[in-house]
Amino acid sequence: MIKVKVNGQERSWDGDPSLPLLWFLRDELGLTGTKFGCGQALCGACTVHVAGGAARSCITAISDVAGQEVVTIEGLHPQGDHPVQRAWRELNVPQCGFCQAGQIMQAASLLVETKNPSDEEIRSGMSGNICRCGCYQRIEAAVRVAATGT
Amino acid sequence: MTYFQNLGEQASSGQTSSSPTLGRVENVSRRGLFKGATALGGLVLAASMLPRSAMAAYATGAGAMPHGVVTDPRVFVSIAPDGIVTIVAHRSEMGTGVRTSLPMIVADEMGADWARVRIVQAPGDEAKYGNQDTDGSRSTRHYLLPMREIGASARTMLETAAAQRWKVPVSEVKTGVHEVVHDGSGRRLGFGELAADASKLTVPAAETLRLKDPKEFRLIGKGAVSITDLRDITTGKAGYGADVRLPGMKYVVIARPPVTGGKMVSFDPAEAMKVPGVERVMEVRGWPWPSKFQPLGGVAVIASNTGSAIKGRNALKIVWDDGANAKYDSVAYRAELETAVRAPGLVVRNDGDAEGALKTADKVIVGEYYLPHLAHVSMEPPVATAKWTNGKMEVWAPVQSPGGTREDLAKTLEISADDVTVNTTLLGGGFGRKSKCDYVLEAALLARELNAPVRVQWTREDDVHHDYLHTVSAERIEAGLDKSGKVVAWRHRSAAPTIGSTFVADAKHQIPIELGMGLIDMPFDIANVRCENPEAAAHTRIGWLRSVSNIPRAFAVQSMVAEIAHATGRDPKDVLLELIGPARIVPFSASVDKPWNYGEPVESYPIDTGRLRHVVELVAEKAGWGRKLPDGHGMGIAVHRSFVSYIATVVEVAIDKKGVLTVPRVDTAIDCGQFVNPERIQSQMEGAAVMGLSVAKMGEISFKNGRVQQSNYDDYPVVRIDEAPRVTNTYIVPAAAGTPPSGAGEPGLPPFAPALCNAIFAATGKRIRNLPIRDQLAV
Repeated sequence: MIKVKVNGQERSWDGDPSLPLLWFLRDELGLTGTKFGCGQALCGACTVHVAGGAARSCITAISDVAGQEVVTIEGLHPQGDHPVQRAWRELNVPQCGFCQAGQIMQAASLLVETKNPSDEEIRSGMSGNICRCGCYQRIEAAVRVAATGT
Repeated sequence: MTYFQNLGEQASSGQTSSSPTLGRVENVSRRGLFKGATALGGLVLAASMLPRSAMAAYATGAGAMPHGVVTDPRVFVSIAPDGIVTIVAHRSEMGTGVRTSLPMIVADEMGADWARVRIVQAPGDEAKYGNQDTDGSRSTRHYLLPMREIGASARTMLETAAAQRWKVPVSEVKTGVHEVVHDGSGRRLGFGELAADASKLTVPAAETLRLKDPKEFRLIGKGAVSITDLRDITTGKAGYGADVRLPGMKYVVIARPPVTGGKMVSFDPAEAMKVPGVERVMEVRGWPWPSKFQPLGGVAVIASNTGSAIKGRNALKIVWDDGANAKYDSVAYRAELETAVRAPGLVVRNDGDAEGALKTADKVIVGEYYLPHLAHVSMEPPVATAKWTNGKMEVWAPVQSPGGTREDLAKTLEISADDVTVNTTLLGGGFGRKSKCDYVLEAALLARELNAPVRVQWTREDDVHHDYLHTVSAERIEAGLDKSGKVVAWRHRSAAPTIGSTFVADAKHQIPIELGMGLIDMPFDIANVRCENPEAAAHTRIGWLRSVSNIPRAFAVQSMVAEIAHATGRDPKDVLLELIGPARIVPFSASVDKPWNYGEPVESYPIDTGRLRHVVELVAEKAGWGRKLPDGHGMGIAVHRSFVSYIATVVEVAIDKKGVLTVPRVDTAIDCGQFVNPERIQSQMEGAAVMGLSVAKMGEISFKNGRVQQSNYDDYPVVRIDEAPRVTNTYIVPAAAGTPPSGAGEPGLPPFAPALCNAIFAATGKRIRNLPIRDQLAV
């Protein structure tokens, strides 16, 4: 039995320990905000926080997060008003929106590591997350707004 | 509960995003509206109205689409006693903002307060809602006027109800914001108080409607309304195709024939069945190629979660019969296409005597351009959920054409369309891939066979291997110049497997919609023009991808313009304007058998070189065309009319000593006629620059032994944030009075690649004729 804390709640799994965390979250817990985009840690749509840092849930086996704390987009902020979420709305970042939960989780983690990132640091920190609609200009600006307020 | 007409269970049941969260809106100019009313001392000034006949009415191709247009307000609008106005979005949201923009038109015209508007997504039902096929950049251009009529009808009915209640002539009542006011007495009734009475009235005839003077618009054209799903998207609550969960649902992944037209011979499920969570392995039916959107068939792995299904699928041992396309090889095929365009082909346009003029020309410039297959790779791979209950099929899926999906489901399942419900979720990107419902048919067939709810999930590898690919094309242009450098002859040969091959076996020539995308509609002021379409056989499923044949055509034509400029020592922008010629309406050549104008009548949507010139001049001015650039930088320009819009783009590139390409700046001018949400047009232009850079720099699907050689974002890369254009500036041309709306979702893409390659030439002197660029600039 693997125990894991998801968004503050104790959860357990007694199936295949190699099951990617992504499918545990989506199919077993119904936390569908975390998205499946590539299955190979190439696109970042499945990004969650494990022990406070960004992780690609599509290649993270559930056994690897045993006893750890996982936060998904649903648990980032109780009202959905994390500074990154607010900045995303202020700048109307999303088009289709599918990648944005992963983008937001990545950006939130980036801002924990680097409080006031340079443009270069934003682009490098966000380069693991693909947006096929091409919202990058606004993503970069929104991370800056979340960090600095402007 | 609701009035006008209950929307019915289909609209309000089923999908996750039909929850009360629908219609949540931020950044709405709500305060602005109230503030406006206060500033007028509490008086609500009614909008000035114009009779419909006074409006610059224009004809579109909307009525000619399957099931045409429905403008019955009772179908689209309902008002609850508390005043909440619910408006149906009948077209699919894939990132353009249409789910917000069309209801916003209704709300503005009827006088509804946007903060009290909720949006509900329609199921696939074209008899009820009219055409729902969200494709071809058609939504605003076909629905701006119908949505205004719906709003005006609803407003008229509310006003009539108020006048009857007050026993005053209807001419004395006006609509303010979300209420009707009596001029003389100042009495007022909210929409909610009037809804029940209004619902009993007959719908006014279209000719009697009075539409708002555009000066009075509060929402249309302002760009102040955010998309309705914005908060849900940022909090993970927005509902996409894979987010529907049904009790007892099975999770399915399918192994499909790796070669188009192939089939399964035998399979060994033993190893797959050992994977924990895998419940069953079974053959699924495939249709012979070509079969439009029918499933490819193969072997399905049914499991208790998607992860187990994927793992089980990877453990399958399958013997395939590859069939007739087993030898498809992109290297050999490219040589075939290039040979084809070096010889005469089917003549599809012939004005004057291009052959003769090329022979007598002082100089002939030849350019051959190649663009490979491209895959859509929207972030959300194809996925569908289906449930079979007592002979009825219900599906939840991200589809661009819910109406078409419903009809294809009925046909495939051999049941009545009345017994099929298609719930449209949000689409995690579409780009044309999700116009083809093969993945929905797979889910439906399995749900019936298993008699259980199923979700069929495509992996990214499935998506790349089994896409309806953008065609692969060779374009050859020969331009004949006289002694003065003027272009007197133009011969353009275009060879590419056709979309028609997905519908009809052995189709080898492009169909009118493809020929009409930048080939036979080429608007240059040249006396002798000949266009040819040599044969090209398809060996895989060919589909449409955002802006379709316009991508290779604009690349060829607009690159050739810059090549002519170089050969004659002139500025590329000047040559471009000279080729476009004076402002005029260019008739479709009489030599063209079936002209294609994106389905629109030429009377309202002519080829207008004045508008084409204008976007070139505008973007050149805004980009600072000709300004001094740092070393290693260059600017390129291109223009293209597509989806009856006019778009010009200037790209600035920087190329370092090692040949590494970056894009510091993009400027785009778009003339799409009347527009609804300029903020979303801007986002479409920003996105088109990113996708354009992906196409130009790295996009290539290739085949060997009939199989796609790429699998995922590692070997089919798309542009990431660290290589995206740093800034894309968008300039939207204000619509001249009476200019009808045109497209915005697709037409930003075609001018990008040629503008980029023209900029590369300006910076380095290297002419890129073969895409993708990949390492062609490496030093």
